[in-house]
Amino acid sequence: MELVAPAGNLPSLKAAADNGADAVYIGLRNETNARHFPGLNFTEENIGKAVYYAHVAGTRVFLALNTYAQPQSLIRWQRAVDIAADAGLDALIIADIGVMEYAAQRHPHLAMHLSVQASATNWRALSFYQREFGIRRAVLPRVLSLVQVKQLVEKAPVDLEVFGFGSLCIMAEGRCHLSSYATGKSPNLYGACSPADAVRWQQKDDGLESRLNDVLIDRFQAGENAGYPTICKGRFRVGNTVYNALEEPASLNTLDLLPELARAGIKAIKLEGRQRSPAYVAQITHVWRSAIDELQKSAAGFKVRSEWMAALDALSEGARTTLGAYHRPWQ
Amino acid sequence: MTETPPMKISLGPVVYYWQREMLLDFYEQMIRLPVDVIYLGETVCSKRRALRTADWIGLARHLAVNGKQIVLSTLTLIEAESEISTLTRLCNNGELLVEANDMAAVQLLAEKHLPFVVGPAINIYNAHALRYLHERGMTRWVAPLELSGEILGNILRQAAELGFADKIEVEIFSFGRMPLAHSARCFTARAHNLPKDDCGFVCVNYPDGLPMHTQEGQRFLTLNGIQTQSGDVLNLLSVWRDMQALGVKIMRISPQSRHMREIVQGFHASLHGEAVSDLESFLDGAACNGYWYGEAGMVHVPAAHTPA
Repeated sequence: MELVAPAGNLPSLKAAADNGADAVYIGLRNETNARHFPGLNFTEENIGKAVYYAHVAGTRVFLALNTYAQPQSLIRWQRAVDIAADAGLDALIIADIGVMEYAAQRHPHLAMHLSVQASATNWRALSFYQREFGIRRAVLPRVLSLVQVKQLVEKAPVDLEVFGFGSLCIMAEGRCHLSSYATGKSPNLYGACSPADAVRWQQKDDGLESRLNDVLIDRFQAGENAGYPTICKGRFRVGNTVYNALEEPASLNTLDLLPELARAGIKAIKLEGRQRSPAYVAQITHVWRSAIDELQKSAAGFKVRSEWMAALDALSEGARTTLGAYHRPWQ
Repeated sequence: MTETPPMKISLGPVVYYWQREMLLDFYEQMIRLPVDVIYLGETVCSKRRALRTADWIGLARHLAVNGKQIVLSTLTLIEAESEISTLTRLCNNGELLVEANDMAAVQLLAEKHLPFVVGPAINIYNAHALRYLHERGMTRWVAPLELSGEILGNILRQAAELGFADKIEVEIFSFGRMPLAHSARCFTARAHNLPKDDCGFVCVNYPDGLPMHTQEGQRFLTLNGIQTQSGDVLNLLSVWRDMQALGVKIMRISPQSRHMREIVQGFHASLHGEAVSDLESFLDGAACNGYWYGEAGMVHVPAAHTPA
């Protein structure tokens, strides 16, 4: 089982490689990827250095091209494909059919993974991308239960990668317009969800308010953990009740499921967090590397260590973790 | 020079859980109204059983004799094997056009060399992707909700450059609450503290969805089972001329439980150059149209010109 770690910059990439990631995924500094945040990501100039460092450490490098290209800017996605091929990257992670077509024609030997943003949740959809573009792997949306994941592995025509840890999308990725409904900027087109420039914090008499383009997402009392105003994690009123109407702010953590995922035939575990610090990347990579190593040493004797959980809990949103959709009652 | 024919009106699939009688009454009413295309089927939750797959196909055949084009719409989020089976039955119906709302449907239909409609939940943002699907059987494209008129224009110009713009029909979701997201979780069941596996079909109590307000009372979103919708109601009637100029052929109205007769008639009158109101009193909430103008979807941009 392969460990795929996030890297938003060169220090994070080094942290991931030094802590034993089998692969890192990175993005370019523009809207061609879904972590289009100020100050983050790689340039055409430093991507070569990143690949060199990773390859020397035995870590493969994937390029996330996981947003959708518009006619006027398609050239940027095509250019990114070429940059990846020239820089010797190991795979592209793509969502857009137009970009896949380009990559398959221009660089047929460059491996293609189907991005989670393409929202393929069943084997028929996976078959389409495998037959048409020869994708070798697909990243599954975080909406499937463990039973569904197991069934999918049996029928899927490609290797499957699942999210193990980090921020949790509760909507089928790539098919969520909540951010653009409130702010005009979407993960699909702009590469960011609930973008920072739309966020406003305000201390009021009845609490600390978080707003997204003026829409009140949540209100926190003293002592409450004030989370980032992602729409699906806010507290709203339905009927007479104010609660997390869509989802509680918690991070996904599937460490407990690692043996089952491995037994089911999942080929790779992905850690979310290209926007996080190098220290964060180092810590989560270290924990998951230890866990996977231990599992591979002895599947029968595998036990989740309390210090792993403690480390991951401390790094989680609202200091809470959830099994998300993998856990049936969640649905 | 011939005049451009008026745009057609389509009726999108009913996205809410309506009882069987309500659905059948609704469609009996709709076939007497000037809609050209009717999309039928369950697109949100495979657990809903007011009409079973065979009933939908039967209803489609019944409605098709009245001069309307009937299209079978498929589920948006497909996870279970049983959902693939239903999808396969719909795609194998033998006569009716199918709207694909997931790539699973595209794969099935393309494999059978059948023509198909690509629904609004499939991500197409450039004409290369559009051409790719056209070459595999797509004859009509319902654009994603968040596309602005400007990007749509760019895509259709690019399609013209690639030489296939006139080979597909373009349809725009133009009226109704917008489906914004789909999840494995059922938010209506959650609002009732019920597990999804034992939901008691509570969504049947909300024929226009369950409103979700911010803590200061703004009607922000609408819960419809596993689907999250806009709080406000999209109304693009005022820009129909701009759409037509871009080459759009069909405007889609998404059904709501009330005033559908007035809304359809209002659209029909406008598209045929007759004076009408802005339909404001028939909207089930505040109007929005921001996506069309490249703004946040919830924004309402006042019409630059009043509808003729």
